[in-house]
Amino acid sequence: MFPDLRTLLARASPLRSGDQLAGIAAGSAAERAAAQYALADLPLAAILNQPPIPYENDEVTRLILDGHDPGSFAPVAAMTVGAFREFLLAAEPAALVALRPGLTPEMVAAVSKIMRLQDLIAVAAKCRVTTRFRNTIGLPGRLSVRLQPNHPVDDPRGVAASTLDGLLLGAGDAVIGVNPATDSVENTVLLLEMLDQVRSRYEIPTQTCVLAHVTTTLRCIERRAPVDLVFQSIGGTEAVNRSFGVSLALLAEAQDAAQSLKRGTVGQDVMYFETGQGSALSANAHHGVDQQTIEARAYAVARAFSPLLVNSVVGFIGPEYLYDGKQITRAGLEDHFCGKLLGLPMGVDVCYTNHAEADQDDMDGLLTLLGVAGVTYVMDVPGADDVMLSYQSTSFHDALYVRAALGLKPAPEFCAWLERMGIGDPAAGGRIPDGLSPALIGLG
Amino acid sequence: MAEPPVLWQDLRRHTMARVALGRAGNGVPTAAHLAFQAAHAAARDAVHAPLDVQALQDELAAAGFDSRTVHSAATDRRTYLLRPDLGRKLATGQAAILAPIPGCLAFVICDGLSAIAVQRHAASLLAHIRPLLAGWEIAPVVVATQGRVALGDEVGTAVQAKAVAVLIGERPGLSAADSLGVYLTWEPRPGRTDAERNCISNVRPEGLPPAAAAAKLAWLIGQMRILGMTGIGLKDEQGVALLR
Repeated sequence: MFPDLRTLLARASPLRSGDQLAGIAAGSAAERAAAQYALADLPLAAILNQPPIPYENDEVTRLILDGHDPGSFAPVAAMTVGAFREFLLAAEPAALVALRPGLTPEMVAAVSKIMRLQDLIAVAAKCRVTTRFRNTIGLPGRLSVRLQPNHPVDDPRGVAASTLDGLLLGAGDAVIGVNPATDSVENTVLLLEMLDQVRSRYEIPTQTCVLAHVTTTLRCIERRAPVDLVFQSIGGTEAVNRSFGVSLALLAEAQDAAQSLKRGTVGQDVMYFETGQGSALSANAHHGVDQQTIEARAYAVARAFSPLLVNSVVGFIGPEYLYDGKQITRAGLEDHFCGKLLGLPMGVDVCYTNHAEADQDDMDGLLTLLGVAGVTYVMDVPGADDVMLSYQSTSFHDALYVRAALGLKPAPEFCAWLERMGIGDPAAGGRIPDGLSPALIGLG
Repeated sequence: MAEPPVLWQDLRRHTMARVALGRAGNGVPTAAHLAFQAAHAAARDAVHAPLDVQALQDELAAAGFDSRTVHSAATDRRTYLLRPDLGRKLATGQAAILAPIPGCLAFVICDGLSAIAVQRHAASLLAHIRPLLAGWEIAPVVVATQGRVALGDEVGTAVQAKAVAVLIGERPGLSAADSLGVYLTWEPRPGRTDAERNCISNVRPEGLPPAAAAAKLAWLIGQMRILGMTGIGLKDEQGVALLR
């Protein structure tokens, strides 16, 4: 009925527009249900032995299989996908940590396809992943935030103003990270120096990043610019990574270069990756594999480089891949679950574009669900409106809401800094605390 | 000496981002909330508003342009959003209604993701560029509904154009729902990639005004003719050229 694993995984995937666009989705709800039955009966070992993209053709497949640890896999090696689901729901957190080197992304993607949202949340909440650079990210009871102070033309004063706005609302412990409008070495160095000045003048225990292409960042390192983290968009096949202009070797070179700077104070996790369902299809690099399985394979790429941060940009890609709030919500929770189970410090850009059938209510729902699931970090842009990338993400206020609603705090070093600076003191009214004077960062 | 800014609201001087919104508990104050909702509503309406083809054709006629209308293979807006491949193709039989004018310059106006942008700025841009195109034979303007950028490749092939400029409504953001984009392609034919095109974006009075966009497009068209190409081999150095 299903000729190969690739087809079975695609037909068993909960409905999403990208798989329909690729022509690989189930043709009916009944076919999807039948595929889910068949998938539940499949042994995990069969998934290991039948990579959906051949070993010879793809360096990501080789990375996955060469790095697989049979010893860690042993406790679940005899299970079917259906039994694995039940194991995950009942397992103690320590058992899930021990399992990580034995799991492949295809196994994790497969089990997610027969899990409801509450299953994805319950299992992810048991996974703890802690990473370090200038602070400690991912501890229990913590929710970190990337402060995303983008500006349409990279005006340093505009970036600084949005950064200060975010700091005053408690954002920025994951990273202060700018998407540059222009990906040139000159412009990236300018922004790196500005962000480093903000961080050092205010003495913030966090890291900064300009999300330029990895080759641009390498040239910035050569020019001795203050590079804390190396950013790169990655995907789950060799071909999609080629379309991004990267390879595993290039990522390794960049990791070495950034670690050689020794800029971290409590750790040397220097890599920051972004991913998202649909990127492989969009680059015609999907090999007929469903977009969620390819996405999980991107996490196998990420985990080879001990990243500080990884996030799916779940709603950014558009309605031809994730049509509406329902599809975006499910994909965001799948991505978070798969990343966490594979051992990544998984964040999510809870977001949507204006041509998707989604709105702020959908984002409130997904943000809250991810908070319950223990998401490592979310993005924050001023007022939820990214004026450079023209999409809506979560806001500084949204993070305040979800932290308060769920009793979560920023990273401990950052918490102490917020208290020291008097940030969040309601008595201050609209005044900026002296320690955060705008004049210190060139906003005279 | 002026006092350094110490009030949160002073940050608004430096960026159009939604900074210094204030707080109501952990939420945003009502005015800021409603302003966001209104901006999103405008963007949503722009995505779904149909193009008034007749009004656009009347405007084009007033500016001295003959025009034709075609439809992409995407039958409605939902299909257009879900199937980008269909928005890049002409519907069956549509290519036949376009008469060949070998070697011409073709203009295609697509609704894209904002018919409002097209309605407001497309005819104005064409009116401004008309006097700047000496030496070109201009094909009748093609107005395409449910169209994407690559639809211009099919149109260009049908009319045997030397080059095609596609004017298309860009995906609306919250700050602007009426941005027009322009994509210029040398020797258009199906299968051209974005790397083989030059793009001018954010055409609107508050961004790059239509007159300035027309000047930039005319410069690109001139360079394209000299180099015999568009895309990454044709750098936008209009400003540099003016300085020399």
